[in-house]
Amino acid sequence: MGSMTVNLCGIELDNPVIPASGTFGYGYEYAELYDINELGTFSFKGTTKEPRFGNPTPRIAECTAGMINAVGLQNPGVDQVISEELPKLAKCFHKPVMANVSGFSVADYAYTCERLDKQEQVGWLEVNVSCPNVHGGGMSFGTCPEAAAEVTAAVKKVAAKPVIIKLSPNVTDIVSIAKACEDAGADGISLINTMLGMRINLKTRRPVIANTMGGFSGPAIFPVALRMVYQVAHAVKIPVVGMGGVSSAEDVIEMMLAGATAVEVGAANLVNPYICRDIIRDLPEVMEKYRINNLKEIIGGAK
Amino acid sequence: MKQGLFEIMENRPLTCDVMQIRLKGDCSAIKRPGQFVDIKIEGLFLRRPLSVCDCEDGVITLVYKVLGSGTEKLSKIPSGSLDLLTGLGNGFDPSLSGERPLLIAGGLGFTPLYILAKTLIKEGKRPSVILGFNSAEEVIYEDQFKALGAEVTVCTADGSYGVKGFVTEAMKGRDYSYFYTCGPESMYRPVYDCAKSDGEFSFEARMGCGFGACMGCSCKTLTGCKRICKDGPVMKKEEILWEA
Repeated sequence: MGSMTVNLCGIELDNPVIPASGTFGYGYEYAELYDINELGTFSFKGTTKEPRFGNPTPRIAECTAGMINAVGLQNPGVDQVISEELPKLAKCFHKPVMANVSGFSVADYAYTCERLDKQEQVGWLEVNVSCPNVHGGGMSFGTCPEAAAEVTAAVKKVAAKPVIIKLSPNVTDIVSIAKACEDAGADGISLINTMLGMRINLKTRRPVIANTMGGFSGPAIFPVALRMVYQVAHAVKIPVVGMGGVSSAEDVIEMMLAGATAVEVGAANLVNPYICRDIIRDLPEVMEKYRINNLKEIIGGAK
Repeated sequence: MKQGLFEIMENRPLTCDVMQIRLKGDCSAIKRPGQFVDIKIEGLFLRRPLSVCDCEDGVITLVYKVLGSGTEKLSKIPSGSLDLLTGLGNGFDPSLSGERPLLIAGGLGFTPLYILAKTLIKEGKRPSVILGFNSAEEVIYEDQFKALGAEVTVCTADGSYGVKGFVTEAMKGRDYSYFYTCGPESMYRPVYDCAKSDGEFSFEARMGCGFGACMGCSCKTLTGCKRICKDGPVMKKEEILWEA
């Protein structure tokens, strides 16, 4: 059997498969279904300084080959994540976890990252400057290179662990933002967050989502995500975590060929809660089919 | 929760827009009345949640109204197999029923109350059932509830069958130990105001995953944020927060 291990910012992963933030809670829901230690790691639910209820409902809409969500970063706040969620997770997950962080000011990001950085279970900080579902924060930091760099620098100042900046696809030039983050000290880049989308109910003539718009994800966005991963991976020297519509072992390999060191799986978890385990189990056979002995060797292999 | 393939035994109309589907497979994850299943339908991304109406001898019965693209597509699958997540949600708590519980259904809300009535009767309780519909042509499952041995009152909003008026009309002057209700949300506040005992309400929501991962169906309650799919769909009367 070929090797599936990859190294993400200095930490060895048994395989490159990572459930994406917001689709995997704090892990223990899925631990009831399978041993989540089979995963490379996972990125936990986006955490903010204060608790958040999020947006009004409906927050979910069906789309062709995908979905829209406008959850709006519902989470219990960093204090409760540390006091309650992480101890619960410790019982079922024994690998370093990726802590996903969001904020509404540079100081918020720094505060939350500093707290989570000190937690032994946390391996990486994934800093979300790309949430499309909150006003005055989230994505607004990720749509301008200077703001993204400012968040990166502030987090790097307080964090000892690798800092991965999660980027939004809702921009004109993602490469310039990725490079600004790299220049500000980021250890990695993850992309893409969801694409801003919308649906209208023909009967009521009103938007399906209470918040009008939301983040579009699922297999439909895979080619866009792959293209952006390819562009960014060719422009920066730091590792790239690719995501967006990934739902099979083949998709994982395609993302890695585009330049991803590891691959996150999002919306697919909501449809098939076993999908990440299934992808990991399918990988050896698919690697053999495409004559891949070592996954590390194919990273950025598409010429 | 379990994922499994279920064989379609039948998928047939009960009225012009209400269908009944019976599915055979591993039902071991279904533990309580009021739980739901989440169905993968070919051509749609998200699964569709439906309340379990009955579950016996490895066969699940679901009753659904053809309303949107999901139920429309489901209604056109005559045979074959379906991928289901089963045993979702908390379900009703039959242990709180007392001797004479009242089950209050609005429209298709009778579905989880059918398996609840069956469970209660097996436990030796004497449930009464109120089935509310808009008009006579919508009335279904009256005979099935009666066949269980439940005392049934049907009411219609237009008075074309049974008691004229909403379910709250049929609630008046009754004695009951506890109540369970499922129906359109517009019915819940009147039922709450009219109720003389404690009870439980089953909620409906547009869900992402159906098993508590995505926070797509969260709601506020007097006991904190709840996910309708995982912490619900059943909420106790005393925890409901009525928003203005």
